[in-house]
Amino acid sequence: MTGPRLDVVRDATGILLRPGGSWDIEVETPSGSEVISAIDKLGRGDTLRYDTTKLSAWDSGFLALLLRLEEAATARAVKIDRTGLPDGARRLLALAESAPAREDARRDSGKAPVLDRVGESTIEAVEYADASVEFLGEATQAVSRFFTGRGRYRKRDLWLLVQQAGAGALPIVSLVSFLLGAILAFVGAVQLEQFGATIYVANLVGVAMARDMGALMTGIVMAGRSGAAYAAQLGSMKVNQETDALVTLGISPVEFLVVPRVIALSSMMPLLTLYSVLMGIAGGALVAIVMLDLSLTTYWNQTIDALTVGGIAGGLFKAFVYGILIALAGCRQGMRCGGSASAVGDAATAAVVSSIVAIISAAGVFAWVFYMLGI
Amino acid sequence: MTNPCNAPTVSASEQSHIEVRDLTMAFGDFVLQRDLSFTIPRGSIFVIMGGSGCGKSTLLRHILGLLRPAEGSILLDGEDMTDIDPERRQTLMRRFGVLYQSGALWSSMTLAENISLPLEEYTELSAREIRDISALKLAMVGLRGFEDYYPSEVSGGMQKRAGLARAIALDPEILCIDEPSAGLDPISSKRLDELIQELRESLDTTVVMVTHELPSIYSIGTDSIFLDAETRTMIASGPPTWLRDNCDDPTVHQFMTRGEAPDGV
Repeated sequence: MTGPRLDVVRDATGILLRPGGSWDIEVETPSGSEVISAIDKLGRGDTLRYDTTKLSAWDSGFLALLLRLEEAATARAVKIDRTGLPDGARRLLALAESAPAREDARRDSGKAPVLDRVGESTIEAVEYADASVEFLGEATQAVSRFFTGRGRYRKRDLWLLVQQAGAGALPIVSLVSFLLGAILAFVGAVQLEQFGATIYVANLVGVAMARDMGALMTGIVMAGRSGAAYAAQLGSMKVNQETDALVTLGISPVEFLVVPRVIALSSMMPLLTLYSVLMGIAGGALVAIVMLDLSLTTYWNQTIDALTVGGIAGGLFKAFVYGILIALAGCRQGMRCGGSASAVGDAATAAVVSSIVAIISAAGVFAWVFYMLGI
Repeated sequence: MTNPCNAPTVSASEQSHIEVRDLTMAFGDFVLQRDLSFTIPRGSIFVIMGGSGCGKSTLLRHILGLLRPAEGSILLDGEDMTDIDPERRQTLMRRFGVLYQSGALWSSMTLAENISLPLEEYTELSAREIRDISALKLAMVGLRGFEDYYPSEVSGGMQKRAGLARAIALDPEILCIDEPSAGLDPISSKRLDELIQELRESLDTTVVMVTHELPSIYSIGTDSIFLDAETRTMIASGPPTWLRDNCDDPTVHQFMTRGEAPDGV
């Protein structure tokens, strides 16, 4: 088998192209640049002809090259005579040319001016905010229908969601909170040792976990765990048109899908947070006992003294709010998911990012409000 | 006595491209089909027919090597593909092009990128040549100018055609198609049939097709087998029009005539 070659013969009526050898997609083929330069010397009235008697095999690369050469020839008003080509090649070329390019199909790949882009993204942002407010309103209505007993949902789904968001999250919450408590104790111990006040490690860990860190860490874990899961579940339902099927049955997807998730997560978050606080205190106690030679009883009594009912209740309330935020953000991203498989991944990512942003912002607001109220 | 539902081989000179010998397909203990033996002639449009759930698509997946046969063998140009080292099998797989039922285009890539990926992976072509070839393939399936569109932005029929363009990206010898007309309107599905036929004639490709679209079976199928879900084996083989006119088996007859009772029964 000989390699592909492309000979050019210039004659009185134009150019005779003599492709030869075997054209295979796996071997290097002639670039055709000499042919193009030969074509550039032609003028109106000349003809491009083919002689393929030496051609043993051809492939799509060959056809693509021919199309490029012929395009150059057409640009110079050179006539093209395809009678010398193999039958199959001629037909495929005809097939490729039979469908006219849609005028409106070709994409404008050029970049829009800066002002255009600023304007477009502003409009997009406003539309997004608008849709989010609408979603929030719909969800609020649906939740009130749920509590007045008129909501439509499946009890089994709700219990399953409660299980997933509650008991299912215990191992990861245990690990993260225990380590967080230990880290807080480490950091505190090093500083407090300088003043001989190591006993206050218990205060530090207990108060921090109960008031803020417990709810915040649980929230972040749940954003990655449940928020992303909700976005992916609702997103793939959207892709499969399952949400459309609900709407045509007259069931609001917000009521049927979003509300149970919000209820499940916001009711489980305080419980998980309480558990997280206990685990954090346990982590702190371990460090205190091993590193600072405090006894468990001293540590425990000190912790009890430090904690206030208001502080604990505040932490649980925060957890409740974070739960609502995470569930809403996850469901919101799932509901606005596009129609393709990659859109589901995008929705899950957006859900985690927006729920973490929401939690941290809310934590900031809470810190200020609680400070002003003196809780 | 010859089985009336097996058409005599038209000519002995017909070259076999794929040969299936005594194939049994099973999932665990559940036998889907047994004792399948047939040859797919070079350059034919070979239709795998049968009711829902009889294992048509599974047979296609066996031919593609995505599933291992429980028993029997599949030969490509006389080479046993079921008992072969993975590297050699990888080389052989490149002679196949597949059009999946839903197109299976990669949703994060544009149509042109979808077609370029096999070219980038398997050839040494320059970026310019790859671009030219993918534009040519899209033009061949009637999608000129849609290079920069994402699969989700075009219609189902266009996705199918783009899937076909990807399947023929590497100029395959064998083109496997799962349900080409599923989800297409009659006109689009007829165009797709014509396209498949045109590609086969121009590129001299062997086409293996799973379908139950009768119009396309009769208009482009040159050879076929019929799998039966009940007896779990093939009960007829031959050119589709020949089967329609000569096969007395009630199941086959019902299928080929859309459920009308066989004459004189």
